[in-house]
Amino acid sequence: MPEWLGQRRITYESDLDPGFAREIAALPGGDKLVGCIQCGTCSGTCPVSPYMDYTPRRLVAMTRAGYKYEVLRSFTIWLCSSCYACTVECPKQIKITDFMYALKRRAIAEKVYPKRFPVAIMAREFFKMVEKHGRNREGGLAVRLFLRTNPLKLFYHGGFALRLWLRGRVGLVPDAIKRTGELKTILHALNHDDAPAAGRRGAA
Amino acid sequence: MKYLYYPGCCCALKDNGKAYEESLLAIFNALKVDFEELDDWNCCGATVYMAVDETKSFALAARNLALAEKQDPESKKATIVPPCSACCFVLDKAKRYMEEYPEIGEKIRTSLQAGGLSYAGRTVIRHPLDVLVNDIGLDRIAGMVKRPLKGLRVACYYGCLLVRPYASFDDQHNPMTMDRLLRAVGAEPIDWPLKTRCCGGSLTGTIEEVGLRLGYIILKEAQRRGADVIATACPICMCNLECFQRTMSREFKTESKLPAAYFTQLVGFAMGLDYRQIGLHRNFRNLPDFLLAEKKVHHVLA
Repeated sequence: MPEWLGQRRITYESDLDPGFAREIAALPGGDKLVGCIQCGTCSGTCPVSPYMDYTPRRLVAMTRAGYKYEVLRSFTIWLCSSCYACTVECPKQIKITDFMYALKRRAIAEKVYPKRFPVAIMAREFFKMVEKHGRNREGGLAVRLFLRTNPLKLFYHGGFALRLWLRGRVGLVPDAIKRTGELKTILHALNHDDAPAAGRRGAA
Repeated sequence: MKYLYYPGCCCALKDNGKAYEESLLAIFNALKVDFEELDDWNCCGATVYMAVDETKSFALAARNLALAEKQDPESKKATIVPPCSACCFVLDKAKRYMEEYPEIGEKIRTSLQAGGLSYAGRTVIRHPLDVLVNDIGLDRIAGMVKRPLKGLRVACYYGCLLVRPYASFDDQHNPMTMDRLLRAVGAEPIDWPLKTRCCGGSLTGTIEEVGLRLGYIILKEAQRRGADVIATACPICMCNLECFQRTMSREFKTESKLPAAYFTQLVGFAMGLDYRQIGLHRNFRNLPDFLLAEKKVHHVLA
């Protein structure tokens, strides 16, 4: 029996969230999103579009129409490896890669990614590590990532890590900057904006 | 002109891109380039930080821009030289966004002030490839060559962020700077279409089933076109294309054994620098035998 049997398979206009489109368009350069001509150049140049559930072109159209639920839960936003091929080719100069970042930020802020999902967890761990030490260490980041996603991978990649270590290419503890306090003050001065307000969260 | 070297986390100290730093600084020293390390530099935020908090990612990068101005107060432009193309791009993006969107610039400047720093907009970001070819010049580098890379067929891999989205010094579709540089030291760069295709970036660590495939496509094409070695300009590209070859061979059931090296290692080798000095002992695979024949270099690690 198909899994969708008995569930509604269509979307009504009342399910959409036009406010979502406005919020994304309010970002720097986001106003150009309205001008998308749906030519599909982005999807054609994207090296990972064959693996996506929605192509970048569709994601732009869906965002514009207010399909917030589907957009934030799509695998596409996590697959974007930020190579900027689409941004360079777009005939309407839409910053598609930055748009993908905006969606990632939204999904992370609203916690709508699957549990133990590596991309979001890596982003969070990286963020924390840099905020604390001012620098990042790949080895330490990988260990934290695997511990929080799939600890078995620590064993799976053990040989790999050993081969790196033999060549003096891996470390665990980030080497901290001298004036961590200065960096913290700079970052904390920005604390009150950017992150979506709690009130908006209920809109989904 | 003074260059402010910005190592970035991958290349600094004992991390993955260590060999890049070693080889770059070795050739800078050999060419008597006037450079010093940017004091107390912090992580640029990479592309990951933007996925959590955009404004903070700009502030993180802007601290480095401000430090550069502080360290080089006299020159008309303070020049940061990050070897990693991701660092290069992130710092450049922050600079451009602060100029393009005054409200962002204002916010970042206020936060920098809170930390006792200021940024006037004097800092420029330049990749070592740009510095070597356009400032130091191919003639000077060619004049230093002691061991020409004769007969070495190189696939020059630029990666994405070096020329995209900002083509600051080369063409976005068919960049040639690295080809010209390596030709000047005697190698034969091959003509191939995947120079700027994505290597997978951090996807090899997060969504492996896609990340590995992206790197594999690049390696496969380079091999098909008869490359002896693939030259990279970024520690992340290098890691994906070099270190994951064993995993790729297992995954795609085709043996892949293409040596990879930073372009600086190849230039350093041609300039006759010592094997260890340019970090070649840190690579997973030796350079092709015919280059090493006379030196009898033993690579003990498999």
